[in-house]
Amino acid sequence: MSRRAWRWLIPLSALPVLALLAYGFRVNPREIPSPLVGRPAPGFALTTFDGAPLTLEAQRGKVVVVNFWASWCYPACYEEAPVLERSWRAYRDRGVVVVGVDIQDKAEAAQKFIRDFALSFPNAPDPTGKVSVDFGTYGVPETFFIDRRGRIRAKHVGALTDEVLRTRVEPLLGEPAG
Amino acid sequence: MRVRLAPVATLFLAVLLIGAARGAPAPARTVSEAEVHEIAGGLRCVVCQNLSVADSPSEMARQMRAIVRERLEAGESPTEVVQYFVDRYGEWILLSPRRSGFTLLVWLAPLVAVALGLAIVGVLVWKWTRRPASTEAARRVDPAMRERIRRETEAEP
Repeated sequence: MSRRAWRWLIPLSALPVLALLAYGFRVNPREIPSPLVGRPAPGFALTTFDGAPLTLEAQRGKVVVVNFWASWCYPACYEEAPVLERSWRAYRDRGVVVVGVDIQDKAEAAQKFIRDFALSFPNAPDPTGKVSVDFGTYGVPETFFIDRRGRIRAKHVGALTDEVLRTRVEPLLGEPAG
Repeated sequence: MRVRLAPVATLFLAVLLIGAARGAPAPARTVSEAEVHEIAGGLRCVVCQNLSVADSPSEMARQMRAIVRERLEAGESPTEVVQYFVDRYGEWILLSPRRSGFTLLVWLAPLVAVALGLAIVGVLVWKWTRRPASTEAARRVDPAMRERIRRETEAEP
């Protein structure tokens, strides 16, 4: 190879490395696609703050919105709480269940949160963290959209908006349960 | 029948330690803190920045360690426990990438780079050390030239 070619080859060889770095530094390391999307949702059996049993199994045939939250999760959980309550009231008669799972929290603080936002959908604490690890959550708030057949179809990280909830739930409502 | 406990306990402990060291399925029920620590040390604490589940004081990490212990106690092998987390979080949860598939590249690339670097250095060193030899060869002059040089230098007063 000629001397001139070599002179270009060395700086050129740095390009793939620069390209990799340019890509790597733009990617948010916190945004990890969940391997659970498309797979059956992990079952759970919790007890709500009201003392009622709450299982995923019992919701089969409905579209389930599982929301992981905590009372210390300010402001995101505080922003989305009214959205969840609104959506629950709007969709409950159309076959949608909103389920709140309170993780890494204190019971009193969580119950105050529920009172403050007048949440009427079922909410249960996950004291051992097993449900949150089963769903592969890495923070709050995180929301999973489960179709009528019990499969996780989407995961939303961060505060929900009416828009996000509607665009996730509406298509699932149109699907058959069988 | 009376069984002497000390040798049995020693044997049991030895089996446990060998099992933990080799990463083989540990006997169900008794799980040492070291074994939990070993697995937790390879898992990324999901709520921290660059900490393992073993090193993090967070509530989430504490719960994950409890899950590791529980699954080991239920008779799962360390590999199965790690797979449980990978199934839910993806390979992102592993602090060191797996030495197979695509992530094998991460392990091989530095070795390839070092080998390539050594090869380049080797070639350059070989070239540089050969140059004096070639100039020596060029210095060899034919008898006619030598005669001419001698004549011209001797001609000087």
